Amino acid sequence: MKTKTKNIKIYCDITKCIGCRSCEMACAVEHSKSKNIYNALKEKPLPKKRVKAESSGKIIISLHCQHCQDAPCITACMSGALSKDEKTGATIQDKEKCVGCWMCVMACPFGAIVRDVENHIAVKCDLCPDRDDYACVVACPTGALFAGTEEEFRKRIEEKKAKEK
Amino acid sequence: MKRHEKRSYDPASQKMIQKAEKENIEIVWDRYDAMQPQCGFGELGICCKICNMGPCRIDPFGDGPQTGICGASKDTIVARNLVRMIASGAAAHSDHGRDIAHALLLAADGEAHDYHLKGTEKLKRTAQVYGIDTKGKSTEKIGKELGEKCLAEFGQQHGELRLLSLAPKKRQEIWRKLGIAPRGIDREIVEIMHRTHIGVDNDYKNVINHGMRAALGDGWGGSMIATELSDILFGSPEPIRATVNLGTLKKDHVNIVVHGHEPTLSDVVTDAVKDPELLALAKKYGAKGINLVGMCCTANEILMRHGLPSAGNFLQQELAILTGSVELMMVDVQCIMPALSSVANCFHTKLVTTSPKCKFPGVEHVEFKEEKALEIAKNIIRKGVENYKNRVQQRVDIPKEIKGLVAGFTTENAFRILGGKYRFTVRPLNDAIISGRLRGAAGVVGCNNPNIKHDWAHVEMVKELLRNDVLVVQTGCSAIACAKAGLLTPESAYEYAGVGLREVCEAVGIPPVLHVGSCVDNSRILLILSAVVAEGGLGEDISDLPAAGAAPEWMSEKAISIGFYFVGSGVYTVFGTPQPVMGSENVTNYITNEIEHTMGGKFAFEADPIKAAHMMIKHIDKKRKALKLGEVMYKEKTATVKK
Repeated sequence: MKTKTKNIKIYCDITKCIGCRSCEMACAVEHSKSKNIYNALKEKPLPKKRVKAESSGKIIISLHCQHCQDAPCITACMSGALSKDEKTGATIQDKEKCVGCWMCVMACPFGAIVRDVENHIAVKCDLCPDRDDYACVVACPTGALFAGTEEEFRKRIEEKKAKEK
Repeated sequence: MKRHEKRSYDPASQKMIQKAEKENIEIVWDRYDAMQPQCGFGELGICCKICNMGPCRIDPFGDGPQTGICGASKDTIVARNLVRMIASGAAAHSDHGRDIAHALLLAADGEAHDYHLKGTEKLKRTAQVYGIDTKGKSTEKIGKELGEKCLAEFGQQHGELRLLSLAPKKRQEIWRKLGIAPRGIDREIVEIMHRTHIGVDNDYKNVINHGMRAALGDGWGGSMIATELSDILFGSPEPIRATVNLGTLKKDHVNIVVHGHEPTLSDVVTDAVKDPELLALAKKYGAKGINLVGMCCTANEILMRHGLPSAGNFLQQELAILTGSVELMMVDVQCIMPALSSVANCFHTKLVTTSPKCKFPGVEHVEFKEEKALEIAKNIIRKGVENYKNRVQQRVDIPKEIKGLVAGFTTENAFRILGGKYRFTVRPLNDAIISGRLRGAAGVVGCNNPNIKHDWAHVEMVKELLRNDVLVVQTGCSAIACAKAGLLTPESAYEYAGVGLREVCEAVGIPPVLHVGSCVDNSRILLILSAVVAEGGLGEDISDLPAAGAAPEWMSEKAISIGFYFVGSGVYTVFGTPQPVMGSENVTNYITNEIEHTMGGKFAFEADPIKAAHMMIKHIDKKRKALKLGEVMYKEKTATVKK
């Protein structure tokens, strides 16, 4: 189990994302019971991915929960299932409390919350609690995805730009 | 376990992997690690890039697209991708067959004067299958007629391939009933490409059945022509002793490695290295002689016919260069890693391509032509000899690992070995199976793949089969793997074989593992199975036999084609890692279950070699029961008498 540091989330470098959906696949497998692609396909209900490769015009982006500071989903949640982890700043979900009203799905400005219709609950990025790294980041073949704090991500982008100059 | 121990089971290879690590030279396992994790869509076979509306991917977890833009379901996409792999595999084998047929024609015409039709006995027998009247005709005349008939079968449009007539009658009827008897070798491959074009065949069973037809055209066509005509042109192999592994490279000799598949070049190279002028030149440069070794299936071709050493199998091609002792590696076609040129650049090794079908950027190309075979071969060898002076002896590390083996078994000499010189029969084999001394037979074949520890699956699977009194026949890189582990010697029967199998090996004087050649020589296994059926007592069809097949470390498209022609001939076939079909439940179920009702054979996927061996044993026992044969004679599993 990983020791969680504060304010980590998954960022996508839109200049590197090619929309291959490897992150989606890896996310679903990571959230399966078996954590193996062949066996995951036989599970019922099928495991749910919590990330989506989206495109809009020229931009392709792998969209994840942004773990917003002032999260609209938490405000919208009527059962108190969604809350902030005070230590890490992550938006976390108590599955037991979720009633499947989908208010969070509607409220999320990133479309990052997914309906799990079979279990009648909402599911979202939980930052891979069962592993030390992040399944989508590891799976990304171009290195577009990055796990870290906002400052770290900014630094990374600036360093990249400096190199290109 | 250290990294090099995880990568290969073979100590010689482990040493070279360590050397690569130390010298920071990138080899196949490094590239494999860098590629992780691999694309799930590709692994599951649900990515379609057949037309420009795509690429399309099916979401296997349900909430994304479930059909391609054209509406193709995951079943259609998986089936189309799979049969396109068959097309490529069958094309590779068959093109090899075509080249041999072409060489036979040139030799018979006297245009390729470095070749002589050495297998006259087989020439006559094969000519009869093709309905050629051999009476009073010269060898060359028969060879010419046969070569022409074989070449015509590649482009044949109607009827059936002649060699199908060598299969059991019942099997031929199954093919005809299902409409999958191949009409022509190339035709079925081309038809795969047509059927899988956008908007053609989208009934997955129909797609796969046609794939089977093309695969049968490989096994009973292209590959069989390659084997039979090679035997005619270069002589039928006979049991022969040889050596294997990187230890066959010599510190004080000019080392020449022939790598690839077709024997047309490698066979004349065996003559070229005996050339006195070249030997004198080697001496002049301070070498004691010229040491010719093979790699991959070319190794198997010259091993079977000339007893020349094999330096290793597919995953050892870079490692041979890493010994620092290879002056020249000449390659023709198939399974030649593009990475060879960069590894060769780290040493003095000269890489030479010879086939117009396989060139490398920046690598010297000496085109091989049958008409001037020996001259070209000598020319290439000379380049190697002249390169000896560039060898840096301080960088030479040749692993000392070397093992003896016996190779050179064929359908024909199996008859003679089993029945004796005057009784041409496989009867003793059938009797041994019927009496329960042998449980059955298994073919363990196929490639290497860095996704499984090099050689490990081959060796462990074969040992487990031997313990359970299953006679094993092998080809290709699998045979080389087991040879390196010492399984291809008669003595290995004492160490590894069950009691019954050991008794048979002792009585007949054979190793418990029979090496029948290169990957096109899998066609020999089809003919051995047909001969066992014809001998009687074990059912009327190949699917009745207590036999099974496996490709535990498969990687190439050729392996898929081979798998399909074995399943299509009625053989239960276990692949190690799954074929890229798991994205479609229907296709997976069809080829691993339903297909058995029509074809008699089916696939299974199991990466654990011991579990896979027991799946094969269970199948063999099922077939024994269906034939109403008794229990196997000896219950104890390991041999009790040790040498």
